[in-house]
Amino acid sequence: MSIKRKAFIVGAYEHPGRRLPDTSVPQIHAEVALGAVADAGLTLDDVDGLFTGRDTPGAGGLSLADYLGLRNLTYLDSTESGGASPLYHVGHAAAAIAMGKCSVALVTLAGKARSGAGGGAAPPEDPFELIFGARPPLASYALAARRHMYEFGTTSAQLAEVKVAASLHAQHNPNAFLRKRLTVDDVLNSPLVSDPLHRGDCCVVTDGGGAIVLVSPEIARDLPRRSVAVLGHGEAAKHSDGGKVDVTYTGAASAGPRAFAEAGVTPADIDYASLYDSFTIAVVEQLEDLGFCAKGEGGAFVQDGGLVAPFGKLPFNTDGGGLANNHPTNRGGITKIIEAVRQLREEANAPVQVPDCALALVSGIGGDLAARMRSAVLVLGRQDA
Amino acid sequence: MTYPASEVVEEPALFAPAPEVAPELREFWDATSEGRLLLRRCTVCDEAIWYPRPVCPFCHSTRTVWEQASGRGHIYTYSVVRRGTGGYADAPYVLAYVELAEGPRVMTNIVDCDTDAVEIGQAVELVFHRTAEGTALPRFRPAR
Ligand SMILES: [Zn+2]
Repeated sequence: MSIKRKAFIVGAYEHPGRRLPDTSVPQIHAEVALGAVADAGLTLDDVDGLFTGRDTPGAGGLSLADYLGLRNLTYLDSTESGGASPLYHVGHAAAAIAMGKCSVALVTLAGKARSGAGGGAAPPEDPFELIFGARPPLASYALAARRHMYEFGTTSAQLAEVKVAASLHAQHNPNAFLRKRLTVDDVLNSPLVSDPLHRGDCCVVTDGGGAIVLVSPEIARDLPRRSVAVLGHGEAAKHSDGGKVDVTYTGAASAGPRAFAEAGVTPADIDYASLYDSFTIAVVEQLEDLGFCAKGEGGAFVQDGGLVAPFGKLPFNTDGGGLANNHPTNRGGITKIIEAVRQLREEANAPVQVPDCALALVSGIGGDLAARMRSAVLVLGRQDA
Repeated sequence: MTYPASEVVEEPALFAPAPEVAPELREFWDATSEGRLLLRRCTVCDEAIWYPRPVCPFCHSTRTVWEQASGRGHIYTYSVVRRGTGGYADAPYVLAYVELAEGPRVMTNIVDCDTDAVEIGQAVELVFHRTAEGTALPRFRPAR
């Protein structure tokens, strides 16, 4: 397998400007994007892969996807490698196209080194969101929780059940930041930080980190440890959609089906799930978006120990998750993958090891739930799966 | 359609930081200083665009124009932020998405209200809060 002749450059556009004091950096990105897709005889609606470097203001490619109204993205890459970034992007885009992860990749670069950074190099959304005290990321999750409650009758007690399940798991983890068993009342009695979210609805704030190694099947065969197979992957970008923002779902609603399709499995096949748990509402929405229950029924799903290992409907975050164990440097994705690996190697803490765990799902969301998020879902399998 | 200007509060009680003004949005922010909220409207697909930008995020046309918003809307969702940071450390304050009568859901603050009485669906009206640089932030208060 190589990228040779698997991908072709069909559009290219260089901005004619050399001094652009009256154009913001996001707008220059927009103008070169429009120019390149027009050169290709395509439109931005055809773009399903976006590749950008650090010169894109805001949340990497996500702010640009929001600015341009890209709604069909199945692949995002914001590899930053200085001036060479676009070369990385072309190589990565070719690999993604070769693998069927996207079919129309857009690479942009823009900036205002001559006109200076002031007057239009800031994230374009900041004067319309952050400026109002939208404390990231807490406030956006609170806005989502409130609306979820309004539309579906979800309660604070149901959200608290997510934290309780995490704490039940964390008591078996000697490294967990919070090892105390919590009750629903403990969560409800903790101070409100941003209504309707209590402190107990929030993840822990911790130092630390984690790492993963992937190898080819040939190398895996010769190594001593049990391996875990990557069976499927899907990703998505969700943004404010030109003003039609909807806070009741996450990007997992798009990323999940892509991962399930590649793995050839369904939600009912999953034995264990690592769900991104920066806040309890995030777990409830992901359960719905990933198809573990219908939209609006996440609150009922988590009641009565639905998430509690080893015998709940869907054992989740058996290390205690970000809510109780670890959320290293406010980025919970790595620990989600690590605990899924432990489950599939049968190396989770004994009381929470899911028996005969063959298929695990990992769902990660980055950014904020309301306005802009990236979502990625992995389906992982036991060595023999 | 032209609507009367909304009130611009010169010394708002809530923190009102000045925005960085993108060159394409100079007209938008100049209008705020006079108590008017502008929407960007696409002349091809007719959608109202928020946040404002020259390119339409719906059909990707660049044929977009300014129009004045009515300043009326209702609360789509909200949160009473109890722990603010930076200039917002004097919490609580109400963060919200308001759905404008013209359609877009805009992030904003609900002001001049009992924070414990705010509700989803509540009718609200525009009020501007002056920043130190002369621009003004579009916020909302319960409709009078
Ligand atoms: Zn349009």
